[in-house]
Amino acid sequence: MVHQYQLNGYNIVLDSCSGSIHVVDEVAYDIIALYPDHSADEIVTTIMEKYGHRDDVTEAEVQECVEAVEGLVKAGKLYTKDTFADIAGTFKERSGDVVKALCLHVAHTCNLNCSYCFASQGKYHGDRALMSFEVGKRALDFLMENSGHRTNLEVDFFGGEPLMNWDVVKQLVAYARSVEKERGKNFRFTLTTNGVLIDDDVIEFANKEMSNVVLSLDGRKEIHDRLRVDYAGNGSYERIVPKFQKMVESRGGKNYYMRGTFTHANPDFTKDLFHMADDLGFTELSMEPVVCAAGDPAGLTPEDLEIVKEQYEILAKDMLRRDKEGKPITFYHYMLDLTGGPCIYKRVSGCGSGTEYMAVTPWGDLYPCHQFVGGEKYKLGNIWDGVTNTALREEFRSCNAYARPECADCWAKLYCSGGCAANAYHATGTIRGVYEAGCELFKKRIECAIMMKVAQEDQQ
Amino acid sequence: MERIKTLETRNLCESAKNGGCGECQTSCQSACKTSCGVANQKCENTNK
Repeated sequence: MVHQYQLNGYNIVLDSCSGSIHVVDEVAYDIIALYPDHSADEIVTTIMEKYGHRDDVTEAEVQECVEAVEGLVKAGKLYTKDTFADIAGTFKERSGDVVKALCLHVAHTCNLNCSYCFASQGKYHGDRALMSFEVGKRALDFLMENSGHRTNLEVDFFGGEPLMNWDVVKQLVAYARSVEKERGKNFRFTLTTNGVLIDDDVIEFANKEMSNVVLSLDGRKEIHDRLRVDYAGNGSYERIVPKFQKMVESRGGKNYYMRGTFTHANPDFTKDLFHMADDLGFTELSMEPVVCAAGDPAGLTPEDLEIVKEQYEILAKDMLRRDKEGKPITFYHYMLDLTGGPCIYKRVSGCGSGTEYMAVTPWGDLYPCHQFVGGEKYKLGNIWDGVTNTALREEFRSCNAYARPECADCWAKLYCSGGCAANAYHATGTIRGVYEAGCELFKKRIECAIMMKVAQEDQQ
Repeated sequence: MERIKTLETRNLCESAKNGGCGECQTSCQSACKTSCGVANQKCENTNK
């Protein structure tokens, strides 16, 4: 499957199934588009009719270009056949019931009262609760017991606000570190926090133990404080920004992300990213569209989506400018590793929710991911008895890049791997549905990310 | 005249031969938490 698009002055041709990317001039761009349904002679005639007036386009030379296209097809770099449907389910079948990542909900409570919170202020539509050390320890044991031969295990301390249960977080990290070597495992911890309770102890511990910290900041003060408020209605920006800056400054190059959410109030979200970069000094940035119920005033409208797509282009172009000036910033969704990226098994297998990745509530219940927590019919089991709702696990196991007929002809399916099951569920009522607005934005992001790679190559 | 330039990329068909070790990061775990993308994951296969 071939996807052709023009962006930032580049003609880009993506061969989805081989992963090949070609940057071409307009003549080759048209030749490639004509190639599947036309003979070489027909292509030459059509191209000469359109470009024959140009000095640099001769019949012989067009013929040569058609042959070059043919060569790429033969080399498996263009119009590569989609032969991956058969292996789409095999990786997860081969992995059996291996679990390698947990989202630990150490606190179902929060010290902020953000109206757009998908977790309903950390409570996930249930009771407030903190995870005990015993429950957390059992969760880590469950992970080690069920991780098979996997070495790298990921645990995200999540909430609600995990710093409201900080002592337990520290005890759990200490426990994991005390047993990981003898169990042949390597824990990678992430902390996701709103920042309110960050202090020197949190900074020191997180910088030593957390391979990644995700810091929630929506950008400009007026945007952030509009929704990220405490229970008295006060904005949190002034309180948290200095703490985030101190934490990032002392992280010594270890991973972090400033993680924002944009809503109907700021579809022009690049202003927020640039504020974080230029005014606050952060370089590792992630910004996501809000996830909320239909009809929620924070939700993005169809008009917003068009603005957002433009914003992704603005962001990509500005990031290239920053690269040139030696002041690069990272945007999570524009990180593409063309030579060292994921293998085909990863690309076709889906996100792993409900199989290799699960969320654990403060009470030890298991859910397919953090976004399903609180939905009773999505309870998989618990950390003592394991997965008991095996039918649900099989439903999640069957989610992959080839699970949805709507994706059959989509060029982006080996980049999204079938998309987010939770987004699909919220938009359509089923995890096998398609969240179309999300797809549109995803495709735009990938187009921008690939364009940046093309431009970076061009500038070298 | 060079009208086509091909970027160096990992050959996905080739990766079917020795891929699938499962050591890479779970897709949603790192920074987004609300959308799935696998393209920005790093391969951690030590036997490539």
